[in-house]
Amino acid sequence: MKKEEDYKELIEEEHQLDAATDELPSPAPGTGGLAAFAQLVQVLGTSTKTLDKLAALSNYFTVAEDKDKVWVIAIFSGRRPRRAVNVSLLQSWCIELAGIPAWLFAECYHTVGDLAETIALLLPELDETKHKNVSLSYYLEELIRLEKQDELVKKQFIIDAWQTMSQSERFVFNKFITGSFRIGVSQKMMVNALAKTIELDASVIAHRISGNWDPSTTTFNELLSEHATAVDFSKPYPFYLAYAHEGDLSVLGKPEDWQAEWKWDGIRGQMIKRNNELFIWSRGEELMTEKFPEYQVLKDKLPEGVVLDGEIIPAKDGKPLPFALLQTRIGRKNITKKQLQEAPIAFFAYDLLEYNGEDWRNKELGQRRATLEKIVKSVNHPTLLLSDVIEYTTWDELAKIRESSRDVGAEGLMLKNKYSVYKVGRKVGDWWKWKIEPLTIDAVMIYAQKGAGRRSNIYTDYTFAVKDGDNLVPFTKAYSGLTDKEFNAVDAFVKRNSLEKFGPVRTVKPELVFEIAFEGIAASNRHKSGVALRFPRILRWRKDKPVSEINTLEDLRKMLEMYGKS
Amino acid sequence: MDILFVLINSTANTVLFQARYSHTIPKTIHLLIEFTDKGLYCRQGNFYIDPWRPVERAIITHAHSDHARGGSNYYLCHHYTKPLLQARLGDGNYEGIEWNKTVDMNGVKVSLHPAGHIIGSSQIRVECKGEVWVVSGDYKVENDGITTPFEPVKCNVFITESTFGLPIYKWKPQQEIYTNIQEWIKKNKKNNVSSILIAYSLGKAQRILQPVSEVSDTIYAHGAVANMQQALENAWWNFPKVERITPGIPKSKLLGSIIIAPPSADGTPWMKKFAPYAVGICSGWMQVRGNVRRRNADAGFALSDHADWDGLLTAIHATGAEKVYATHGFQSALSRYLNEHGIEAAEIRTEYGNDEDEGIGNDTNLKQESDELHELL
Repeated sequence: MKKEEDYKELIEEEHQLDAATDELPSPAPGTGGLAAFAQLVQVLGTSTKTLDKLAALSNYFTVAEDKDKVWVIAIFSGRRPRRAVNVSLLQSWCIELAGIPAWLFAECYHTVGDLAETIALLLPELDETKHKNVSLSYYLEELIRLEKQDELVKKQFIIDAWQTMSQSERFVFNKFITGSFRIGVSQKMMVNALAKTIELDASVIAHRISGNWDPSTTTFNELLSEHATAVDFSKPYPFYLAYAHEGDLSVLGKPEDWQAEWKWDGIRGQMIKRNNELFIWSRGEELMTEKFPEYQVLKDKLPEGVVLDGEIIPAKDGKPLPFALLQTRIGRKNITKKQLQEAPIAFFAYDLLEYNGEDWRNKELGQRRATLEKIVKSVNHPTLLLSDVIEYTTWDELAKIRESSRDVGAEGLMLKNKYSVYKVGRKVGDWWKWKIEPLTIDAVMIYAQKGAGRRSNIYTDYTFAVKDGDNLVPFTKAYSGLTDKEFNAVDAFVKRNSLEKFGPVRTVKPELVFEIAFEGIAASNRHKSGVALRFPRILRWRKDKPVSEINTLEDLRKMLEMYGKS
Repeated sequence: MDILFVLINSTANTVLFQARYSHTIPKTIHLLIEFTDKGLYCRQGNFYIDPWRPVERAIITHAHSDHARGGSNYYLCHHYTKPLLQARLGDGNYEGIEWNKTVDMNGVKVSLHPAGHIIGSSQIRVECKGEVWVVSGDYKVENDGITTPFEPVKCNVFITESTFGLPIYKWKPQQEIYTNIQEWIKKNKKNNVSSILIAYSLGKAQRILQPVSEVSDTIYAHGAVANMQQALENAWWNFPKVERITPGIPKSKLLGSIIIAPPSADGTPWMKKFAPYAVGICSGWMQVRGNVRRRNADAGFALSDHADWDGLLTAIHATGAEKVYATHGFQSALSRYLNEHGIEAAEIRTEYGNDEDEGIGNDTNLKQESDELHELL
């Protein structure tokens, strides 16, 4: 039983919150607030044409208030505010408002495949007289403040907010809380749209919005005005990404114009030393300095004003170890001494982007490489290594070398034009990755689960098994590799041949055989099969193969023996 | 009432009993309607309802291909449905009757009642020795202005569809959806882009003609849609006129026009001649963003001829049934919910629900369906 005072307090609080919501900052006419953003997300989510998306984005950047723009840039470049409300609370409030049992919410969620959308669909309809259109920045900044509040305050805020929003606004609002916006807009596209509305080059914008900045304290002008100067020393450069090369190498021209390196299987990263500080950035633009304490010794050894591009790889005595080792420490907040010993890492450097505080990206690769070699040599420390340049004279010779990639712990080759500059993003022409054929194994599908996003409500996530005597042993999941048409056919099979249901997972009659491709294999005691695969995906549906002819656990163990040890 | 939980395993053609409830199953059971591998069967009256294999006597709820299949010797249906069956299944022994008219079949009283799904769609009421069962077929509770609206029928046992049996499916009032469609068409027109509206040829296509005709003088139709319209007009129905797409129509005339096409046409080379175009899909599945994206549609309009969650619950309550069987759709969620809310319910697996318009992921079916239509009409 609650005491009367408690209720008084509650009512008091409610009044305060009411008063607060009455004075919500409305956007100036024509600028749109949350409604305009919801509209933008709607267009980006459904539009099938890049030009339409670009137009919608640049239109948004023309009309929205500066503060909202900063937040949109932050969100679309993966800078979501910390989760203010945990999702199970969010879910429970929705269940309460919708008046449905929790299991039914779960059923809906598995069908929709997105928590924010499920909640938006289940909440009671908006009372139009309560509809408000408040700015995006207001909500996002309130959400940050909310993080430290107690549950009751959070609940009141969220419910009040929901009650002023349309379904599409609730969806984006929930998205702010639950996760990233994966809605078919890349950072590159956003940068291009910005370049259309402001007087800056796309590459300059890409650099400005990278790194460590806080959307709640950064103004649009600080971020993107022509004269803004970068004060953030940690800021990385946008990564140059390679396309996959397939087929004949001779189309690239003369072999001597190309530099070949191993393609390492690690975490692509930039090592930055500026202002006598060392920073490590991942390709996903995550600041990872603290995850790799062993790099700190390099701070005193590297010259000032240097940015290196390379691969973070577990390595011992200058030789790479399997990627799985890195995974044992990457997710941890605090890394133990034991982990440091068991999974020692090195930085395999292959490019130099900044030297003496000067941007070197427009210099030729040959020149960048020569200076890089000097730097690494002078540092002379086992945690900073050069990614070797492979010697070869003909394309045929290189093709043979590629075959030995697995022996050195690489997943193929990188080819870089010696005269190329360091570009922004994924560009065709100067950099190519030339991977080796994946390892493959034939397996049978035994479990299926519904997918998310555009795969919601169809069974697209499968678990596969190999034979072990009379038993089937699950060894991997795979989500991709089939065409939509094939997914539909497998979905229909699952619906007709499911044996049991465990929550969202269905056990399926073991009948459909698939060839699974993967990049690597490592021992794992977290998996029943004793192995963990790297990048497993479905290569093809083996309609020609009966279950009796699939591979065995023994086959997997042999692969582990051959490729899983370094 | 016997309490029976039967699942038909459609692949093995065996009848399985859900072990959880097995203690409630008496040794010999005589259900008025049994769930067999050919479909819903009334032993007493010796007839099937919407059988999925050829039988002696079939009663058909409506003319969609997952409910009306060929090969049976005798068909009983509403007289609006009769010409549609003739058009789709070819010549046969079809008998059309009025709603609410009782037919005696071996001492079992059978009557048809409006289901509001598409033209002619009926619920089948079956009565024997004072016990009343109703098979819903597909239904919706909102009046679409074309189809005779759904009428609840009191019964002891109600066999209901559950295509959209989850609370995420809450339809907006159709007028609001029509306005959205109209706005979308106007926007496309302004940009000189053609609007291709994907709507199933029987039901949805006729339903959107009125709102579309309010924003355009000419409406073009894919052959399957035009054929269906022809069949309906032959049976004295009236709709806003459509112009059949033929190779002879010059491309210039099609610029910025409106085309109604069945799902089977979506994504085929047939659409090329309307370029530049935008595709809008009219289907209940469009309620979920993922489906719009998967279908690669430029716009999704959640317009359905099936009942939404609230519609299903309203309809079920209105029957006063003490026992509900849920079929094709989210039958397990719906029956569990009903059980928890004081209505005894169980799920049955049927072979319905490959409904062209709402059966997402059955593209092969759709294709066949439309090809059949081309040949037959």
